[in-house]
Amino acid sequence: MPAATLPPANAVSRETSSPAAVPRDNRHGWRKGKSTLASGVSLACALIVITPLGFVLGYLILKGASSLNLAFFFNLPAPVGETGGGVANANVGTFVVIAIASVIGVPVGIFGAIYLTEYGGRRFNSVVRLGADILNGVPSIVWGIVAYALLVNHDVVLFGHTIWHKGFSTLAGGVALAFILIPMVLRTTEEVLLLVPNGYREAATALGINRWRICVQIVAKTALKGIVTGVMLAVARIAGETAPLLFTALGNRFWSFQFHGPITALPGEFAQGFAQPIAALPLQIFSYAISPYDDWHRQAWAAALVLILLVLSLNVGLRYLTRDRVVRVMTKP
Amino acid sequence: MEPSPATTAPVSTVTATSAIPAPVQDTRPAFDAQNVSIFYTQKPAVDGVTLQVPSRSVTAIIGPSGCGKSTFLRCLNRMHELVPGARMTGTIRLYGDDLYAPEIDPTVVRRRVGMVFQKSNPFPTMSIAENVTVGLRLNGVRDRAFLRERMEQALRMSALWDEVKNDLNRPGISLSGGQQQRLCIARAVAVQPEVLLMDEPASALDPIATSKVEELINDLKKNYTIVIVTHNMQQATRVADQTAFFYLGKLIEFAPTRELFNNPRQPQTEAYITGRFG
Amino acid sequence: MSDPKQMRPASRARDAVFQWFCFLMACGVLVLIVLVGYVLWGGSADVFRKFGWKFLTGSDWDPNTGSFGALPFIFGTLVSSLLALAIAAPLAISTAIYLTELAPHRLRQPLVFMIEMLSAIPSVIYGLWAIFIMLPWLSQSVFPLLRHSLGALPKSIPLFHHEIPTPALLFSGPTGAGYSMLSGAIIIAVMILPIITSVSREILRSVPDLQREAAYGLGATRWEVTRIAVLSYAKKGLFGAMILGLGRALGETMAVTMVIGNTPRISPSLFSPGYTLASVIANEFAEATSDDYLHALVAIGLVLMAVTVVVNLCAQLILKLSGTEVGAVR
Repeated sequence: MPAATLPPANAVSRETSSPAAVPRDNRHGWRKGKSTLASGVSLACALIVITPLGFVLGYLILKGASSLNLAFFFNLPAPVGETGGGVANANVGTFVVIAIASVIGVPVGIFGAIYLTEYGGRRFNSVVRLGADILNGVPSIVWGIVAYALLVNHDVVLFGHTIWHKGFSTLAGGVALAFILIPMVLRTTEEVLLLVPNGYREAATALGINRWRICVQIVAKTALKGIVTGVMLAVARIAGETAPLLFTALGNRFWSFQFHGPITALPGEFAQGFAQPIAALPLQIFSYAISPYDDWHRQAWAAALVLILLVLSLNVGLRYLTRDRVVRVMTKP
Repeated sequence: MEPSPATTAPVSTVTATSAIPAPVQDTRPAFDAQNVSIFYTQKPAVDGVTLQVPSRSVTAIIGPSGCGKSTFLRCLNRMHELVPGARMTGTIRLYGDDLYAPEIDPTVVRRRVGMVFQKSNPFPTMSIAENVTVGLRLNGVRDRAFLRERMEQALRMSALWDEVKNDLNRPGISLSGGQQQRLCIARAVAVQPEVLLMDEPASALDPIATSKVEELINDLKKNYTIVIVTHNMQQATRVADQTAFFYLGKLIEFAPTRELFNNPRQPQTEAYITGRFG
Repeated sequence: MSDPKQMRPASRARDAVFQWFCFLMACGVLVLIVLVGYVLWGGSADVFRKFGWKFLTGSDWDPNTGSFGALPFIFGTLVSSLLALAIAAPLAISTAIYLTELAPHRLRQPLVFMIEMLSAIPSVIYGLWAIFIMLPWLSQSVFPLLRHSLGALPKSIPLFHHEIPTPALLFSGPTGAGYSMLSGAIIIAVMILPIITSVSREILRSVPDLQREAAYGLGATRWEVTRIAVLSYAKKGLFGAMILGLGRALGETMAVTMVIGNTPRISPSLFSPGYTLASVIANEFAEATSDDYLHALVAIGLVLMAVTVVVNLCAQLILKLSGTEVGAVR
């Protein structure tokens, strides 16, 4: 086979058409020079593009690392005007808000995706897919407005009972982030489920296994790694979201959840906590960064370092664990 | 439907050394297909097929690509319904039970009629043992001893036990291609179906693995009714007791294998087996 | 156990329940669309009834006197986003070309990884970095340099008795502490670089190798192959990538809010502060005291949403027409 002896395209290019083969091309040197120049220019562009990574990470470590200590993690913010204090409440707040968003958003996204790949008709699927793509392009601050309109600006009344009193709250922040999570999780999960070969569905069907068990215990289980990766990357994304929290969770310099009653009071205290404004790392960074106090600027850097460690470790870890190209492509922001 | 002949075999006869008991003692034809047509579009993919598959024997279906042989096989356990828009007319009875009666759940049909596919497809998240028992476990069987016993029987029946008994916890997909296919047969046998459908089970295998699968088919027919689709006529002559020839969606000829190959009655059959088309 | 197979009877009911549950979840996306539309439209209807088109064309924004004109925000959003795109697109596309065509193979993975990491950095952290590192640098070195070079050119040239303004106007005026339209555009550019790069890279990678081999077969150099075989093939898709980047730029909120100066004013100078649709919502929503004020901000949200959705749909359409399958979540 003569084709087998041809070197691959890249190998050809490295030798760049030897002069013997094209003896009469007197512009060869110029063309080769132009090629080198193009490589140089595009390399320069690539360096410019990745420079901010070095700068941002470098300055975060330079300015934030010295303020990172246990007290910073475990203390409440100091009263305004005093120096010191920490971001304990913001750490917990970020965790709580993300947890609420995940509890609401992840099931909707995953089971919705299961419907698309396992049950849905072509037309319904394309409508939902387009809808999810539109929602993925909606600026995150708009979700803040929606959650504000639902839970901050109005009481929620069901059958004549007021089940929710209006006001800035933990729940509103979580709901705003859930809205961002839903279309993201739906689309990534769908793409992963589509990768599950049909043969597995057929084999399971032929064993007389019920459809819902096939969906959950064969299809979703086969795709589990991809689904988890997609969900975690989506969560890493909302972990850094600030805009939707500005007028939903609002921020809080104290604990939103306070437990000092008897154990029977716990549910009530929980409910009360959900109805309180709550701190979150991104909010804290924002308000400290635009404040006039040097000590708050210092804390903003430290908090930013905490946040970036959280977000990047999730990203790096997951990308390392699943070197599956499709998953990576899909979950890029 | 539930008190079918399949459910009459008592558990007590099952021992670790014996094979999974023959589920059916019935001497009636396993399948009785009357005037079966299947449509994916307007044009029928299978057109008015009437066929009776004898119990506890191997029936081969041969024919050129696109002749509807796979489609017909799939409608024997209602697998064709997975394709949106597929329609079927006519009746198919399994030991007298109408498989397409409105009150029948296709899931129940598929528990009685197992299937092995062209491409081996062990579940990638499961070990060898889990693959064999998955049909039972996901259908609600919890009894560990029973599962363990069934797994060993199924693996013995599919002639895989000696090769894998020491690494039952390895992933199913770590086996070789031929072993994977036998694992899939074990998986199908483990739910104790009355019939096994095989859709070109050896077409992706090398000759040695193929002959092992064929040996296995010969063993299994003592207990099972087997319907096998193949494009390999030699394979049909090696394994099948009777052979059906499909052409353009129609059943052209159905006869004992030797008779069909040595003395075909229809000119199309003769043309096909002598290699003049297809 | 009565059934010797020990299997539980097949249950169609559970299948039906599961299917309905999944169906409802899938409908969640459609519900969200209706919800967004209802909240934004319902919340801003009053504003459009009261101010009509003047809401979009008016340039006076003073909540205290109850005058709401959104033009400065629309202007700020468009200018900062387009400027950001103009800065980012050439860099990003060159980088994508380098990554797929020219870079040595062992450099590619690390570079791609770094670009992915760039896209994972939260907006508020870019903002923090921009306030304390980028702004001082821009206002002390870059802006004066621009002002004294480009800004020193004639501000207008006479032509047939008219004075035609020149681009020098963009770089005139005081530079202050750096809170300006140009700073906003630069930080947006930094933030949309990764997305344009990675989408462009996907597009270039989807160019069939046959194209490249044909050009190599003619004795083309590596750059010629890229230019002739790859770029001409991928033109449409790269345009789609740029539009996708624009959509992202329009909705960028936190980092811009932190550096653009937040002044509702339309000024030709890029050194003067501006304001964007997203920023005004971020800054004023929680403090909106009157209903009119709140509704005006919701209306701004509606405008922002409409613009980004249209731009994103265009991008999706272009990418679809160019035949490149780009991953789901962008």
